[in-house]
Amino acid sequence: MSAPVAVAPEPLIRVRDVSQTFGASRALHQVSLDIYPAEVVALLGANGAGKSTLVKILAGSQIPDAGELWVDGQRRHFASPLSARRVGIIAVHQQVNDGIAPGLSVAENLLLDELCQPEADFWLNRKRLLQRAASIAAGLGLELPLEQPIERLGQAERQLVVLARAFALQPRLLILDEPTAALSDAEAQRLFGLIDNLRSRGVAILYISHRLSDLQRVADRAIVLRDGRLAGEFTARQLPEAVEAMLGQALESHVYEPRAAGREVLTLRAAKIAARTQAFDLTLHEGEVVVLTGLLGAGKTEIAEVLFGLREAAVGTLQLDGVDWQPHSPRAAIRDGVFFAAEDRASQSLIGDFSLRRTLTLPFLERFTRGGFIRNRAEANAVQAQVAALGIKTSGIDVPMSALSGGNQQKVVLGRWLLGQGRVLMLDEPFQGVDVRARREIGQLLRSSAGGRATLVICADVDETLEIADRILLVRDHAVVAEFPRAGLSRATLVSALAGTDAQAPATVVSLQATPRSRASA
Amino acid sequence: MPDSSLLLSPVPARSERLLQALIRYGLLWVLGLILVFFSVAEPAFLRVGNLFSVLQSVSIVALLALGVTLTMAVGGLDLSIGAVAAMSVMIASYVMVVLGWGAVPAVLISLAGGALVGLLNGWLIVKMRVPDILATLGSMFLVIGVQLIPTGGRSIAVGMTLPGGDEAEGSFSAAFLAIGRARLWDTVPVPVLITSVVALLVWLFLERTRIGRLFYAIGGNEHAARLAGAPVQRFKLLAYVLSALLASLGGLLLAARLGRGDVSSGNGLVLDALGAALIGFAVLGARKPNAFGTLVGALLVATLLNGLTMLNAPYYAQDFVKGLVLVLALMFTFGLAHRAR
Repeated sequence: MSAPVAVAPEPLIRVRDVSQTFGASRALHQVSLDIYPAEVVALLGANGAGKSTLVKILAGSQIPDAGELWVDGQRRHFASPLSARRVGIIAVHQQVNDGIAPGLSVAENLLLDELCQPEADFWLNRKRLLQRAASIAAGLGLELPLEQPIERLGQAERQLVVLARAFALQPRLLILDEPTAALSDAEAQRLFGLIDNLRSRGVAILYISHRLSDLQRVADRAIVLRDGRLAGEFTARQLPEAVEAMLGQALESHVYEPRAAGREVLTLRAAKIAARTQAFDLTLHEGEVVVLTGLLGAGKTEIAEVLFGLREAAVGTLQLDGVDWQPHSPRAAIRDGVFFAAEDRASQSLIGDFSLRRTLTLPFLERFTRGGFIRNRAEANAVQAQVAALGIKTSGIDVPMSALSGGNQQKVVLGRWLLGQGRVLMLDEPFQGVDVRARREIGQLLRSSAGGRATLVICADVDETLEIADRILLVRDHAVVAEFPRAGLSRATLVSALAGTDAQAPATVVSLQATPRSRASA
Repeated sequence: MPDSSLLLSPVPARSERLLQALIRYGLLWVLGLILVFFSVAEPAFLRVGNLFSVLQSVSIVALLALGVTLTMAVGGLDLSIGAVAAMSVMIASYVMVVLGWGAVPAVLISLAGGALVGLLNGWLIVKMRVPDILATLGSMFLVIGVQLIPTGGRSIAVGMTLPGGDEAEGSFSAAFLAIGRARLWDTVPVPVLITSVVALLVWLFLERTRIGRLFYAIGGNEHAARLAGAPVQRFKLLAYVLSALLASLGGLLLAARLGRGDVSSGNGLVLDALGAALIGFAVLGARKPNAFGTLVGALLVATLLNGLTMLNAPYYAQDFVKGLVLVLALMFTFGLAHRAR
């Protein structure tokens, strides 16, 4: 691939100092970048780095707080996705099912955009519709059952329909968010062929993916976002460096105080999350903080879901405190002292209009209940105590959760489960949407309260992982593939293990596994 | 752009505080104004007897509305309550008039029938995963149809001719009729007493008990409630059973007041009850189903209708007035509250 930057002097898209804040958190901070015609730009960033906000701004579904957007040398203000679409910016979002209309046929889905045009014909001409759809599908080399309802298609075919729809709009900038997530290898190869084709016709493509192999195949250069800021631009050959930039530079060094691991609390043996995935073991010890890390989509959450009774493993045995144990629901898991704070606070932990007090006491309301009635005083006292112990900043315990910052909300969620004093506490990405200060405080709280229980934290961020872990498990393809003790682990080792491409992975993994095995048997 | 930062200004303007007060107390003011207006326009309105007749007229609808409030609290909706009340009227009448049994079995069998419909609703929603509105709409039609079968579609009255040609020999027992017609100390109608007690119990349940709190948690975010260990399915089922039981109780009061098993008696109740519960969203700015609001909603509509009737407003204006109050209340709840943010 030739260097496209030199070829095209005039950028198609010019983003200047774009900033966006949501409430107390800053999603984007003065981001500037250029995208030229006929190039594929990879956009990299960890969870919460601001990728999706940037995409939304480009696609017109989010109006930035500050900054400028230029298309073809003209300043633009997008009021809606439609106005972005008018200048040729088309975004294909990661959620495949957001892009299809159930109940319509495959052909109708392919032509949805045309059908939505106000100048489209009032009457549907079935024959013409099929012809148009057939020509779109043929132009992309797709064979689709055009007259079937879209529900008959699998995820991969739906993804192809959504992509074909976008291609048919003749975009000038096409934004693809994890387009290969649902595709098999052969289909992904076909997609790359289509992308090459578009690029040769002068279309710019912004490609978001965590699959390094994809990026190496299609990207001309990479732009990296971290914590809402531009963390660098890299050429195609520098992709490993780009991944390291995505994972971030080491923060100030943090003193690691090891905790002695106690007896085994929870063990998962010879487990397979799904029938096709690799088998693995997992053991959690009392007093120890274990971090499950791995790139997005590695299957970290799925492992925690098995332990919390939300998902049944295909194979494997589970023991809690040495006794065979099988939770069939979150309720059963909680009863036995296994707690889980799910990843997305707003949709999985918080209840719409519940106050701090109600949110905090929800799982263990029995403690403050006599004869079925809630003892207000006892509840308030416990909440006050927890607010003080965790340093939650709030004007009172009856304020709505929306009045708290992300960090304080997360402390409430943490405090909720600390109230239970369980055997196992699992937290999925507890630092998401939490500012740096609160991050550190929550990490400290987790470590200082870890005695007497086993703690499992899911965390994709290297620095956060190193800050709180006693032991780190690397997850890839729904299985734990490597294990590192925190003591003596360098950041670089962990980063290279995380960024390891599939080709080099096996070698690394074998050598890494030697260490933990010997430790576990000791 | 810069203008969006202006919206974030933290100083609460006077107009904003007024808006907040309007959202919170708006409907209570309206109720107060209505009371003042009618007592000035028609002094007879304020007589104890008339006030209790307002309460009596509202008691049955309020019972059903309290039931639907419970299902709304878990994030659902029960459209079958009117049909269940009508069924309860028919069951009680059938048991007493056709079978010739007493008041106690009539009450118990009616309530059991209601509970059964509640279980059906809950099962459809929880186990079959039918959306709540569709499930209860289906069971509404089912129940409306089922209650017509034993009598061949006719109303049940004392001395009626049965499909076999015999004459029905039973009658409504005096004890049963007293539920709907008697007055305590010659002033407080028994239905008003029953509804007041039920309202107090529902209020206590939703506001003060653990299960009530979990009802709201399920209604607010079912997934989060499940992850926090709430027995979501069991409590949703419970809400539908309680709702159907309250609807049955409402039907019993209606049967006792009418003294006959009128097939069309329960039809108008659903919409009135739903309306009352929805108006309740706006009371005290709750923005959620709540027992106190539901009661105020039912009272508001009943007072308005009673006053208008005394002022000789035409009967056909009733639905218009109810609709107006409901739309205003929904504006208070959703429109203004949204703008105030």
